[in-house]
Amino acid sequence: MITAFLTDSTLCIGCKACEVACKEWNQVPSDGYHFTGFSYDNTVALGHSTWRHVKFVERTAGVAAPIDGTAGYRSNTFRWDFSSDVCKHCSNAGCLEACPTGSIVRTEFGGVYVQPDICNGCGYCVVSCPFGVIDRRPEDGRAFKCTFCYDRQKAGLAPACAAACPTQSIQFGEIGELRAKAAARIAQLRERGIDDASIYDPQHTSVGGTHAIFVLRGRPEDYNLPSNPEVPTVHLRDGWSSAAVAAGLMLLGTAAAFFMQRE
Amino acid sequence: MLKELLSSWPVVKQITSGGDGTGREAMSAATRALRPRNDETEVARSVCPYCAVGCGQLVFHRKGRLVSIEGDPHSPISEGHLCPKGAASFELVTHAARATRVKYRAPYATEWHDIDLETAMDMVADRVWTSRERHFEQHRIATTKDGSRELPLMQCTSIAHLGGATLDNEENYLIKKLFAGGLGMVCISNQARI
Amino acid sequence: MPGLGTSFGRGGATMALQDLANADAILIMGSSMAENHPVGFRWVIKARERGATVIHVDPRFNRTSAMADVWAPLRAGTDIVFLGALVNHVLTHGLEFRQFVVAYTNAPAIINDDFKDTEDLDGLFSGWDPEQRQYSPDSWAYKSSDPKVGHEDGHGGHAKDRGGEASPMAHDPPRDPTLQDPRCVFQILKRHFARYTPAMVQEVCGVPPEAFQRVADAYIRASGPERTGAICYAVGWTQHSTGVQTIRTAAILQLLLGNIGRPGGGILALRGHASIQGSTDIPTLYDVLPGYLPMPTFAGDGTSLDSYIAKHRLPRGWWGNLDRYIVSLLKAWYGDAATAANDYGFDWLPRISGDHSHFGYWLEMADATGTIDGLFVMGQNPAVGAPNARLARRALANLKWLVVRDLVELETATFWLDSPEIARGEMRTEDIATEVFFFPAAAHTEKDGCFTNTQRLLQWHERAVEPPGDARSEAWFMYHLGRRLKARAAADQRPANAGLNALTWNYRTIGPHAEPDANDILQEINGRRVADRSLLPGFHALESDGSTSCGCWIYSGVYPSPDRNRARERKGQGRYGQGWGFAWPADRRILYNRASARPDGTPWSDRKKLVWWDRANREWVGHDTPDFGKRKAPDYVPPSGATGDEALRGDAPFIMHADGMGWIWVPSGVKDGPLPTHYEPLESVIPNQLYSQQSNPVADRKERPDNPYAGSPLDPRYPHVLMTYRLTEHHTSGAMSRTLSHLAELQPEFFCEISPELASNIGAANGQHVTISTPRGSVVARALVTARMRPLRVHGRAVHQVGLPYHWGYRGLVRGDVANDLLAISEEPTVRIFESKGLVCRIEVRGPRSEVRDPRAEVRGSEVRR
Repeated sequence: MITAFLTDSTLCIGCKACEVACKEWNQVPSDGYHFTGFSYDNTVALGHSTWRHVKFVERTAGVAAPIDGTAGYRSNTFRWDFSSDVCKHCSNAGCLEACPTGSIVRTEFGGVYVQPDICNGCGYCVVSCPFGVIDRRPEDGRAFKCTFCYDRQKAGLAPACAAACPTQSIQFGEIGELRAKAAARIAQLRERGIDDASIYDPQHTSVGGTHAIFVLRGRPEDYNLPSNPEVPTVHLRDGWSSAAVAAGLMLLGTAAAFFMQRE
Repeated sequence: MLKELLSSWPVVKQITSGGDGTGREAMSAATRALRPRNDETEVARSVCPYCAVGCGQLVFHRKGRLVSIEGDPHSPISEGHLCPKGAASFELVTHAARATRVKYRAPYATEWHDIDLETAMDMVADRVWTSRERHFEQHRIATTKDGSRELPLMQCTSIAHLGGATLDNEENYLIKKLFAGGLGMVCISNQARI
Repeated sequence: MPGLGTSFGRGGATMALQDLANADAILIMGSSMAENHPVGFRWVIKARERGATVIHVDPRFNRTSAMADVWAPLRAGTDIVFLGALVNHVLTHGLEFRQFVVAYTNAPAIINDDFKDTEDLDGLFSGWDPEQRQYSPDSWAYKSSDPKVGHEDGHGGHAKDRGGEASPMAHDPPRDPTLQDPRCVFQILKRHFARYTPAMVQEVCGVPPEAFQRVADAYIRASGPERTGAICYAVGWTQHSTGVQTIRTAAILQLLLGNIGRPGGGILALRGHASIQGSTDIPTLYDVLPGYLPMPTFAGDGTSLDSYIAKHRLPRGWWGNLDRYIVSLLKAWYGDAATAANDYGFDWLPRISGDHSHFGYWLEMADATGTIDGLFVMGQNPAVGAPNARLARRALANLKWLVVRDLVELETATFWLDSPEIARGEMRTEDIATEVFFFPAAAHTEKDGCFTNTQRLLQWHERAVEPPGDARSEAWFMYHLGRRLKARAAADQRPANAGLNALTWNYRTIGPHAEPDANDILQEINGRRVADRSLLPGFHALESDGSTSCGCWIYSGVYPSPDRNRARERKGQGRYGQGWGFAWPADRRILYNRASARPDGTPWSDRKKLVWWDRANREWVGHDTPDFGKRKAPDYVPPSGATGDEALRGDAPFIMHADGMGWIWVPSGVKDGPLPTHYEPLESVIPNQLYSQQSNPVADRKERPDNPYAGSPLDPRYPHVLMTYRLTEHHTSGAMSRTLSHLAELQPEFFCEISPELASNIGAANGQHVTISTPRGSVVARALVTARMRPLRVHGRAVHQVGLPYHWGYRGLVRGDVANDLLAISEEPTVRIFESKGLVCRIEVRGPRSEVRDPRAEVRGSEVRR
């Protein structure tokens, strides 16, 4: 079964249970203790020691909090949006394509998994991720990111973050079902007059869709998600083709020279 | 040996398996053997120790050691979910700074000393006994409109207690029973109010 | 608990968390539920997704507000004005659920002619004694009711929760079912709240009329046969000098709307610790015995068992059984030594003779004049978590000995080593005579036992592993300490030791550490027949003749047979998960659920049916255990001379109360009045706009040089409103969160939340260090400048509120100043809770270092801050 996350930010209460459950299960170290002053976000971004990360988007810039009761979930002017970010487990995964050691694999569930016993810390994957997810751990240089709880999935368990999430903002399941669910959710939200919600699941770009789908309010950029993520290797494909042609020609040339010499 | 080494090389795997070299054929032995940490463990049914929602927890343990803690999907209250604190319960009970030794600070001392648990218990019992002896009032004279008379008080005000809202009902019961019912302590309080 | 207890009969949440999903509107006030009870909040989200309106009224726009449909900010400490205006709105627009109000509340009851309202006496009720600074509640009684007994001075308000201390109420009061009589509760209520208008809300709370209207419309609609609304609160309501009365106002509103005992209707008290409900049910509190039996008072009800029973046993209603409960408790404690001849050992119980509460004895400790030698602290961290924490820490140094038990060496255990007072040189370690014992505690995974959660549900946790090293459970500690003390007493048979010698203490021990078996203890709590030690099926089986024992009558039934620990059961079924845990009393999940049916026993509506009378089988049936006599018919009329529950009619759902009614009016049991009244916080930025009585006249300020107050109203030195609160990422004083890397990193530093306007006024940038001061002390925190905080227009001027999460202290992975150093010790009159919201403060960019700051603290802080 091909599985996925559906992270519905309209249900997220910003509690960070996903961050903690992930770290507890996967025994991921802390990021260190840094106060950022940026809303309630002190873990800042996904990285080698943060595989789930809750973003806090205060839609309050230049707006005084309305006191007529219009702030909150239904508001268009004054909101505090939360969304839990995670590795997208892209259908065409830049990290996987870039990995020269075969450390990064595609699991039977469709997830992208870094094998820590094979990774040699070359770092090619880091620059190849269109979302800036995968990251090297400074201690040994190896790359880490969300494993999609491959160990748990093998045993039929939901990933730790989805299991913990108190409001089921993070759902886990078969990808087709979740895509349908996401579409239905958008329709439902529209019905309620919430018309700024959309699905984030870039299928039209070279990542070819993700295994982490989001329902977001506002623009993806508000959550540091690129509107048009591209796998860097698509640009390489042309390069590889030219290189292959060149190599072929050279080979022909060599052969020609060889045979010509024989004659 | 050589065969093993060769077969672990992704390209060889790829050729022999016919895949594109990014799937199962590229998985190491460790990856193939990967199982959840709480596989083949015993499980205790438990309750989150933080707030009073009372989320169900499953405590996985193996050979006397904790393995992991997660939400109990059967709980009608929490349905398997936990908040960040509940999700951190494993660290709460296993972290390195958890105290495991009795400490004693003598009057005017500038540091702790380790002492034996049984010795400490004897010492505390001793302090309780002495303090209670010092301030125990069995009766007190009450003056009412009918005149003065001696009435029961059974009160020990030299020892106080604080805490209980994080403890088990059985523990609170023993505290109240021994401290109030046995020793006559009245200065007993905890976090709970309204 | 008396806010709920006096209104409805029991000091517990009336509903279950899951039941929130059945609500049509949810008002969250005095709580940031999404932050502090995230998993409980899933039921709010479920309700919202089903179409319910979620309303959050709170000074801050926080994570709960973000999820709400409506958010209205108000000035901290003005909740009674807001709620009172909702009550007024209901009454003036005739929006009450009239049939419910007439049938199930004391709204029709006629009140004593002597009664004078705060409207008549400018903020005081009749019965005020200015000398003693307390009320005599005589004039608050129902008209021509029985002779009055008056408040018991020594008691706090936890005991019995029935509220009816003053009035045994052997007969029904005169009633006017038309609610027209000017002396009936309904009409008095109307007059009492008449000036609680939207305009007053604007003036006092800072909430504009349109916001009030939105809340009123959204919430009050959830009423009547087809709809229900729920109210959720937490310490945002309780930690005020008017805490109990705030909850009372909510109770009045819910009774008027018919939102008690019905699906999706009720009041959910959100408790903050795993067993905070349990620790009042089986109280580690001074004024109450297990099951809300009052502690006897010296020279009062404590003269003899007879005098105790005579005072507290009610002729009508469930408390008619009080004699059974106290005798069975004494039998549980004193065993065979308790006989009819010696009043079952009643004289071995200590009598209370004053304010022995936390703050009462702590101030004695601080003075070093009292008698306190030693202190046990178990699972609490007053050095960080107590108000005026500075005073709390200094008081510890006056002890001869201190025992601290916890998972980590927390601040309370090391006050002599690294407290700010030591760091500042105010105290020297070498001068502190206190002997300190620190015992490591066992965690919940290392012991058997049960917690009682916020909805009165007892849930067992199983021991998975043995505790590490010297760590032991509190049960182990108490049992083995008790063993030692009993051995000494056995050799010393003076009368003073009679109780200790009689105390039953023979628990079965198990495991390598001789841990007392928690099952054995819970069985004692459940109760037994003395003759054959067989376990009792429930409190119905308790007797007053010494033939039964029971450690806590409301928990009876939790262990009905040796192989059945209902707290441990894990087969939840049906709407409220029956079969999973055990809810007191008698596994009733929704209290007062008789009220979900009409007086004739049929459901108010099909949509809101819960418990109803099955005519064919002549019994109450439904989705929950009926909170009512299973076979008491709706048309039951008590025969003359009936007592106890048999003296209550078949349409009287509030069975703990002597009249069987929900109490809009509380004749006695709440020490500051029969109805809630707005008083300004003890420190306030404006004069009370309703009465010339500025603050709660009965509240105890405990004012003294080390617990000083700002001038009120409006001390120009302290122009802003201060409030403290919790964050999702931490737990209370931080001992269970600042010590964990995975939580500490999420909120690593002490901060304060202020509006951009206030930041600009004081010249503070986001992230800058600011100093917040009150007359008690100063702390330094990072400024988090956010539009989620906003100034409110109150009494014609902008009032700024400063928000401070209080989780930091001087130990742990992340450290910071102690927010509670800023708070005052004060006591609300009924439960003696302190005021943590709505005091005043000053805030400034940290310029010249405040004199109470320690330079060394900065060095230590910077290591953490990197």
